[in-house]
Amino acid sequence: MTDPVTEWAIESIGMTRRFGDFVAVDKLDLHIPHKTIYGFLGPNGCGKSTSMRLITGLLTPSAGSIRVLGMEIPAQAELLRRRLGYMTQKFSLYDDLTVQENLRFMAQIYNLESRSVKQLIDSQLSRYQLNERNTRLAGALSGGQRQRLALAAATLHKPELLILDEPTSAVDPENRRDFWEKLFDLCDDGTTILVSTHYMDEAERCHGLAIMEGGVKRADGSPAQLMRELGAKVVEIDGENLRLLKQQLSELPEVVSTAQQGTHLRVLITEAIKDPENWLRTIHPALVANRQIHSVRPSLEDVFVHCTGSNAAGEGARQ
Amino acid sequence: MKGMAISAFSQSLQRIGAIVFKELRQLTRDRPTFGMIVMVPLIQLLLFGFAINTNVRDLPVGVVDLSHTQTARALLSDLTATQVVSFTETYQTPKQAEDAIRRGHVHAALVIPEDFGQRLQDQRPIAQWLIDGSDTMVGNALLALQQMPFASGFEAQPIARKNTFEIALFFNPERRSAVNIVPGLVAIVLTMTMVMFTSAALVRERERGNLELLITTPVRSSEIMIGKIVPYIFVGLIQVTIILGLGHVIFDVPINGRLDQLVLGVFAFISASLTLGLLVSTIAKTQLQAMQLTVFLLIPSILLSGFMFPYEGMPDAAQWIAEALPATHFIRMVRAIVLRGATLEDLQPDLWWLIGFTVFGVIAAASRFKKRLD
Repeated sequence: MTDPVTEWAIESIGMTRRFGDFVAVDKLDLHIPHKTIYGFLGPNGCGKSTSMRLITGLLTPSAGSIRVLGMEIPAQAELLRRRLGYMTQKFSLYDDLTVQENLRFMAQIYNLESRSVKQLIDSQLSRYQLNERNTRLAGALSGGQRQRLALAAATLHKPELLILDEPTSAVDPENRRDFWEKLFDLCDDGTTILVSTHYMDEAERCHGLAIMEGGVKRADGSPAQLMRELGAKVVEIDGENLRLLKQQLSELPEVVSTAQQGTHLRVLITEAIKDPENWLRTIHPALVANRQIHSVRPSLEDVFVHCTGSNAAGEGARQ
Repeated sequence: MKGMAISAFSQSLQRIGAIVFKELRQLTRDRPTFGMIVMVPLIQLLLFGFAINTNVRDLPVGVVDLSHTQTARALLSDLTATQVVSFTETYQTPKQAEDAIRRGHVHAALVIPEDFGQRLQDQRPIAQWLIDGSDTMVGNALLALQQMPFASGFEAQPIARKNTFEIALFFNPERRSAVNIVPGLVAIVLTMTMVMFTSAALVRERERGNLELLITTPVRSSEIMIGKIVPYIFVGLIQVTIILGLGHVIFDVPINGRLDQLVLGVFAFISASLTLGLLVSTIAKTQLQAMQLTVFLLIPSILLSGFMFPYEGMPDAAQWIAEALPATHFIRMVRAIVLRGATLEDLQPDLWWLIGFTVFGVIAAASRFKKRLD
């Protein structure tokens, strides 16, 4: 199925897209291996969707080169179509067709062999638990059901590459977990999946991850690697008046960021400080008097906070 | 109490004001709609103020001069001087003239008989007008010529002839306007529904987000375009059947032409109208804009196509605009086929124009519609 000579499923070098003066994607280098789930994590407007559209050939890059499944994009975009499944951010099947009619329509668009189509649709319906809904109008489905239908439609032609643009943004947590199970099944079957999200828990499930902001890749690696290599230490401080403490700590140059989490304050302190607890106790004793301080393991959110926002200024694209 | 009522009122005013200003702000940001607000009245006024002219002038007519006399030529120049008609064609026999009328080359022909000189002496009608009566406005203009005085200058006694011309009104002898309106209505209704359906169809997919999915599939632009047109061809054929069928039953509109010719002609026009709708849909960004553009095309199709006012009465510039509208060509065709029993062979220029419009329109629409988002 996959071309053995191409090492990467998706490879981009210096991929750039400008809209007028606005640079939506800025010199993005990507190396996404076959048969993995790769995530784009970033706030809205960070260039996730634009990057995906560049990779699918829906947008022409202003600069840079893109190879997807060994094909030059956008030149060979039409060839890619048959090997690509794409799920848009907004539900884009037909609300006024039933589940089955939508699937049959997509099967015909992809010229799937009509003899096996019925069987294929039936297997998709049961795989994505839409059996009992197959005569319902797509517009009448719940958010989770729609998502499963969209995934069923996008994988009908067994694409080698599946691109999902914020697939779970309108889905409750349980359905989201379910949805990810399906993605791992697909990945197991040999599908490469590129998915964008702004949920940390989803990002953490990816094999590889690019944290994006303002069209620039701020970090790239596996979630575990990113957490391990976070350029900061994390402590949790509890006690009273956390809002005031947050304000005071934020003014210290050594403090990268602070965030309140319920009854404690999570504080990122720059790597230059070897022992943050000791540093706080000795240099700023007034701030932390009568408070407990725990050093904790960094989370993906810490990574995200550390490499986006004002914290990332001057650091550029870390690798 | 009173103070409360006043403050409730002013609060209400404030809320209304908020909506009014929001609406105006949105309106100014929707460039095409804003443009329409200015352009629609401006263009329509200029167009129709100049173009609509119920006084028919310089109707193209033919002549069959069997007398070959100086006096006959004097008669022709007198008729030309009325500015109602303009003799553009000459035919050898009345039969040829009738054919030309049926084909729609001329609206009427004057037959000057061999005994023209004798008739002039005898105070009988001196010549005969063969008139296409299907367009009552054209017919009326020619009928007004019936009593035009004419003297050769050699008469012995004063002229006391009742009618200068005999009149033969073809196709619509009772001069009922329904006979002319009903076939024309086919063009208007089809323009309205066909353009509206197709223009909305593609824009709707774009608005609902279906298009973003569709363009990542192997489907080609031209396949989307053709797939969008075909279903509406059947819709159009149903509409034509209703209009002409009911027109025949209720208004007694004759269907003189062959049905196969009619169906082919209608088919050509439906294709052209659907193509026009596709072109609109590649320009419009929202369904509202598609609707506005449709109306923008519909109004000249009603007023300039010859549906309401005779094409010949309009100034040249208006006629050029009319020629660019598929409805103009189809109205000519449908009236010729339905009322005068013409065949498509007689109507080749209009038929080819519609076919050409469709072919180039689909190509233009497919090339405008990129499977890209940029």
